[in-house]
Amino acid sequence: MIRLSPSDRVLMAFIYAALALLAFTTFYPFWNAAVISFNKGSDTMLGGVTFWPRAFTWENYEIVFNDKRILTAFGVSVLRTVVGTVLSVLATALFAYGLSKRELMGRKFYMVVCIITMYFSGGLIPTFLLIRGLGMMNSFWVFIIPSLISVWNMIIFRTFFQELPAGLEESAKIDGCGNWGTFIRIVMPLSGPVVATLGLFTAVYHWNDWFLPSIYITNQDLFPIQTMLKQILSSNIMSEQMSQMDSAAQGRLGQMQTVTTKSLSMATMMVATVPIMLVYPFVQKYFVKGVLVGSLKG
Amino acid sequence: MAELTVSGKSETAKRRPGRSAVRRFLGQLDIQLMVWPALILIFVFSYIPMYGVLMAFQDYNIFGGMKESPWVGLKHFKQFFQAAEFGEVMRNTIVISLLKLVIGFPAPILLALMLNEVKHMMFKRVVQTVSYLPHFLSWVIVAGFVMSMLSTDNGSVNIALQAAGLIGEPINFLSLPEYFWTILVATGVWKEIGFASIVYLAAIAGIDPHLYEAAEMDGAGKIKQMFLITLPCMMPVIIIFMILAIGNLLNAGFDDILLLGANPVLRDVSDVIDTYVYRVGIQNSRYSYATAVGLFKAVISVGLLAMANYAARRSGNSLW
Repeated sequence: MIRLSPSDRVLMAFIYAALALLAFTTFYPFWNAAVISFNKGSDTMLGGVTFWPRAFTWENYEIVFNDKRILTAFGVSVLRTVVGTVLSVLATALFAYGLSKRELMGRKFYMVVCIITMYFSGGLIPTFLLIRGLGMMNSFWVFIIPSLISVWNMIIFRTFFQELPAGLEESAKIDGCGNWGTFIRIVMPLSGPVVATLGLFTAVYHWNDWFLPSIYITNQDLFPIQTMLKQILSSNIMSEQMSQMDSAAQGRLGQMQTVTTKSLSMATMMVATVPIMLVYPFVQKYFVKGVLVGSLKG
Repeated sequence: MAELTVSGKSETAKRRPGRSAVRRFLGQLDIQLMVWPALILIFVFSYIPMYGVLMAFQDYNIFGGMKESPWVGLKHFKQFFQAAEFGEVMRNTIVISLLKLVIGFPAPILLALMLNEVKHMMFKRVVQTVSYLPHFLSWVIVAGFVMSMLSTDNGSVNIALQAAGLIGEPINFLSLPEYFWTILVATGVWKEIGFASIVYLAAIAGIDPHLYEAAEMDGAGKIKQMFLITLPCMMPVIIIFMILAIGNLLNAGFDDILLLGANPVLRDVSDVIDTYVYRVGIQNSRYSYATAVGLFKAVISVGLLAMANYAARRSGNSLW
């Protein structure tokens, strides 16, 4: 090992400092939002709440968890994420397994049909009119069915299946397994890492999507948490703009109540973030590989 | 099987060519059944909307559907080019995407280069874990963070700027058009820099270590090694991602702009093709017009992609 030259030392110091700054800048907004969510709203309004809660309280969370609309939205999100992820990963894997079979008639044609959809799409309006024409407005299934098959994920699954040792399937055949049996009993159980990676990505998509419900759902009981949060945040902006118009009146109002829209929306944001943060560490070890497979084939 | 088709005089019924294909198909019905449901879904949800794009050339009538709507040729395209918003929408789209390309594209490459030099594994892992995280947050949450950080009441950015004595009064950044592009681009980099760096880190990991040893022998410092070995070795990956980025050039963004720039004060600087399509199409129900605008964008995007790929092929790294 050759010792670092002086100019390299300067460079390394710069790199460590820059990366530390990046990590701080990335983490701080989470931390600050969490701090505000645990601080008394009326106290936050006085300003200066940055690294630690100044007036610690559970109040904001109590209100959020007692709000029936938010609980319903949370439930819709959980249901959508679980059902959507399980069905989509299964359907896409099955599709990919079929397409990985060399003897499949029309295999090339089917692949072309799929790949075209990665470059062209009908766009927002024709899709909107189709979904409406199918009567899927205000239906839970609009979350699940249109996104059931992901061509991108199919290609990753297919690559993985094609690399499985051929002997495995042969021995399954000898033991009397058909193609479906092989898929269910042999192939899926061996696909843990891919299922975990693509499952995470699919789950993140379902959990985070706010736009689709905002155009296809008008019934508030079917809003997922992100769409609900979007509404809360935009009313928050409005109240901020209002407060600038008449800050004196708002200030009087603020002193009377301890909870503010800001503290409530931060608490709701935490509720909408925590499930992702809980899943993330468990799957992190898989996804680097998953991203690579995806990008190599893309 | 081929034999059966050829021998016209086999005993059972008449065998025409094609019969064996049907038999082969039926023989693998179990595999075909694995793919057909998915193909039907793709047909319905991807191909029917592609056909629906034709309504850009019609005066679409909600009650009659496409069959009964009259064809009007390029009327809606002309209308878009003459619309008062055209210049502004095009300018915003191009400026925002160019800013995102010029700043957002090299950022993860730089991060990967820096992470690669870090030998302290614990530090490296913490930086990576933290920097990947925002990719997994929804744009609603990210927009919420941005609003909270920049707000005039207890926004950390204003607090910091005031503490540093740079500003007197808190600035309401999100309601001032001159800050919007900066906020938008910075937020995009913040969200995706870590995740986008994964591929580049992998490309770096694939570089032959002997190259570095040889360079060290020759007395090249870290900076020289970066420019003479690491970057050239990453080039194929960089070029592929560059092509993808150029194909996406007109996708200035949607979620981020809709969530951060919804304020009417910001419309002059925030309205891009996609948000315009959403506004005139979904909110004002001008279906044919909005589809025409969307189609205009799609055609240019495919053209850009083809051009970028052509350029890349000449350098020996094409996508197809």
